Amino acid sequence: MIRRALGLAAAALLAATALTGAARAADAPDPGDWEAVLKAAQGQTVYWNAWGGEPRINAYIAWAGEQVKARYGVNVEHVKLSDTADAVARVVAEKTAGRDTGGSIDLIWINGENFAAMKRNGLLYGPWSEAMPNYRFVADGDLVKLDFTVPVEGLEAPWGKAQVVFMYDTAEMPVPPRTAADLLAWAQANPGRFTYPQVPNFLGSTFLKQVLYEVTPDPSVLVRPADEAGYEAATAPLWSYLDALNPVLWRQGRAFPQNSAAQRTLMSDGEIAMAISFNPAEATSAILKDELPDTVRTAVFEGGTIGNASFVAIPYNATAKAGAMVLANFLMSPEAQAHKQDPDVWGSFTILDVATLAEEDRARFAGLDLGIATLAPEALGTPLPEPHPSWMTRIEEDWARRYGASQ
Amino acid sequence: MPPVRAGGSRALALAPALTLALMLGPLAAGLGGTLLPAFGYLPALGGEGFSLAPWRALFAEPGLARAAQVSAFVGIVSTLISLAAVMAFCAAWQGTRAFSLLQRVVSPLLSVPHAATALALAFLIAPSGWLARMVSPWATGWTRPPDLLIVHDEAGLALVGGLVLKEIPFLFLMTLAALNQVDADARVRLARTLGYGRMAAWLKAVFPAVYAQIRLPVYAVLAYAMSVVDMAIILGPTNPPTLSVLVLRWANDPDLALRFQAAAGAIAQLLIVLGGLALWRLLEMGIARAGLRAATGGARMTHDGWGRGIALLPVAAIVAAVIAGLASLALWSAARVWRFPDALPTRWTAANWTDNAARAGELIATSAGIAALAALIALVLTVACLERETGRTHTGSLGAERLSRALPLLYAPLIVPQIAFLFGLQVFFVRIGIDGTAGAVVWAHLVFVLPYAFLAMADPYRAYDPRYVRTALCLGVSGRAAFWRVKLPMLLRPLLVAFAVGFAISVGQYLPTVFAGAGRVPTVTTEAVALAASADRRLIGIFALLQAVLPFAGFALATAIPALAFRSRRGLQVR
Repeated sequence: MIRRALGLAAAALLAATALTGAARAADAPDPGDWEAVLKAAQGQTVYWNAWGGEPRINAYIAWAGEQVKARYGVNVEHVKLSDTADAVARVVAEKTAGRDTGGSIDLIWINGENFAAMKRNGLLYGPWSEAMPNYRFVADGDLVKLDFTVPVEGLEAPWGKAQVVFMYDTAEMPVPPRTAADLLAWAQANPGRFTYPQVPNFLGSTFLKQVLYEVTPDPSVLVRPADEAGYEAATAPLWSYLDALNPVLWRQGRAFPQNSAAQRTLMSDGEIAMAISFNPAEATSAILKDELPDTVRTAVFEGGTIGNASFVAIPYNATAKAGAMVLANFLMSPEAQAHKQDPDVWGSFTILDVATLAEEDRARFAGLDLGIATLAPEALGTPLPEPHPSWMTRIEEDWARRYGASQ
Repeated sequence: MPPVRAGGSRALALAPALTLALMLGPLAAGLGGTLLPAFGYLPALGGEGFSLAPWRALFAEPGLARAAQVSAFVGIVSTLISLAAVMAFCAAWQGTRAFSLLQRVVSPLLSVPHAATALALAFLIAPSGWLARMVSPWATGWTRPPDLLIVHDEAGLALVGGLVLKEIPFLFLMTLAALNQVDADARVRLARTLGYGRMAAWLKAVFPAVYAQIRLPVYAVLAYAMSVVDMAIILGPTNPPTLSVLVLRWANDPDLALRFQAAAGAIAQLLIVLGGLALWRLLEMGIARAGLRAATGGARMTHDGWGRGIALLPVAAIVAAVIAGLASLALWSAARVWRFPDALPTRWTAANWTDNAARAGELIATSAGIAALAALIALVLTVACLERETGRTHTGSLGAERLSRALPLLYAPLIVPQIAFLFGLQVFFVRIGIDGTAGAVVWAHLVFVLPYAFLAMADPYRAYDPRYVRTALCLGVSGRAAFWRVKLPMLLRPLLVAFAVGFAISVGQYLPTVFAGAGRVPTVTTEAVALAASADRRLIGIFALLQAVLPFAGFALATAIPALAFRSRRGLQVR
């Protein structure tokens, strides 16, 4: 009798495990079994939450969606965000409300602080990205292994590379500054002709990081979390640099453009002659669209400029995880990457190691005309790593106290 | 005579309560939902008990004092300027041809939403704006825009300018209604026979009576100007911005812990508005005392020709500014290349429009759908309330008086700063599970549409001659039929105007759309404001223009429909 009951219980237990196992398989596809992922992805709809502020990027996302639909039967809906943080907040809200499955976001275009926050709070699915078939083409290195010094650990798949360049108008500035000190000297000689987006805007903060790398006594401390004593010593030269720069900025530093697009508009209006950009092809694309004068060119600092990769990640409660993987894998394909690097399309640099590709794929990249204002990949140099996020939190607070309240 | 009602009198009896609940319910829920997190209580985000931590965080924020000062300064100065301009214009020109001309220009001006007005002004007055381009370089020598902080200036003067553009038409319209009620013409005539100059006669004999009538609208203007968000994003200082913009930033921050500080900031904004209203009240008393002395002093001021000229200036300037600003939006929307200092684009294109047609179409459909629904609901509730009230009046009860005593309640959503209760309203919507839906947006809009629809409808409805309905009843028609077939058709014109007003108010809503829609219900207005901070002028031109055209179309229809419907009914045509 007892034995029979135990047997029944064991059977029930087994069945239950099998059932939840099956449920988990559908909910949590195994990236190692690519055929199964493709099968599970058939007919799924992927809600891809991605910044929607740039028509060209939106068009690229739409193109990727069409390709994935035609090849793998995966539907892609672009949820246009004005700020990636909105998507993070929504996943937090869903977790708070107990919606651990059936979440409303399947894939997020993400990096840096938002990735760090999601990883810290266990809001990401994975690891999965390194098991994607196309990951083998990705260039090896810290650029794709670390996201703002936070280890990626397979929780997000790289899909684009960004690096700081300075756009300058040759009509006014035949030779671009090659160091932060050059930049300051030029700004002092030409008051009101340079500015940067208002911190804590991403690009504005990037400008501070770029200067910090050049003026701080020991840049190697920046990749570790900031501590009290180290922070003071490392940032003191930054503040004296900015104290000198602020009064000669556009509008005497009493106002700042709110973001990169507003900054580009200032350049288009001739209000400033130089601007920072995180996309080496931005100037070329803007010239093609008649947004910037065709006398604009780009340059980098001698000591190197900050670079990073941007990624796509799957939230822990995503509904269409398999579909999201199929899309992410496609985004890493040589074809999608080469299309993206075309300045007529987007002009975003690839995260692939082009030299290792098959000849036919190498030809796709070799055939690209990068345009008149874009530096060749060799000229960009090796990107400097992003500092640890803890530095920026404090620097942004201090910036607001010093320059953000118009005393 | 039995009370004349549209039938369903039980439903009608509920109308006022329902209306107030729909309007004040969200307000109360919202205020509560802001107050609790301001003192640390918001269990969903880990705030289980009460504390003053949000306030400590708020006061530690750099730039807070400056932001609060700018908010108060902008509100009080813009209201003073607008009120003075409208009163001076009425004093100088009431009863003249210029006056009736302006009367006709003002409603279209009023229909241009705040954000579009602000964008139009920014395009005009920025150092790289149209005005500078028109005079450069031949008159100024500027080959590149001068490095002047005009838009986003720290003192908020550009924002004051933008607010004045919107407040003058609104206060003028309110004053027009008041002038009829106080029999202004007779007062002026009497004072003039006593030898007073035209302006002196108006200011001494009409102003006190008119001001008493428009006091609530003035308070609404003052409260709005102190806490406005969309115009402040476009024209206001950025470094730091006004308090309401700061609060919005915190409320939208990915760091959810900032929600507590945002709630405290929203309550601080409410306190500043209450303080501003109190200060205004003191100002009123001071002016009343000084005015009494001036009125009894007997100065006749008959030589007021120069004063009349000056009084014309601000009003003419705002009409010109809005029209020129809209024109520059239109130019930008068709520009391919328009560089400083060219007075006009050097290359044109239709691509800005064709590339964005699909997106624009979606946004227009959403905006128009939400606005039509909100305006329709507001109109039904308004008519039900008024029908119940007038039904009672016919029997001699005190309904009308009671309702007019409740009128300040109608202004409550206009006087409490949006940021102070929309934050809590969002929490309320989340609780009942409708946040992020179009329905929630319609409801949030209704809170602001209702007061205006009621104000637009009340006077014509109360002035309706009840004998028409009685005649119909005597002819054997049921009360219901008399209402639907006689009364409503005769009131078609004010009904449509009230609808158009409600429609315009809804189209212009920025903050309620963002909060109730959780950012997921994009409208022409949210798009225009979002673009204002970024992107290029060509896109801004398109969406701001669409934002302005939509309500204007509503007013055009409100004028065209009665003309068509009444083309064979001479008695109902406008002479």
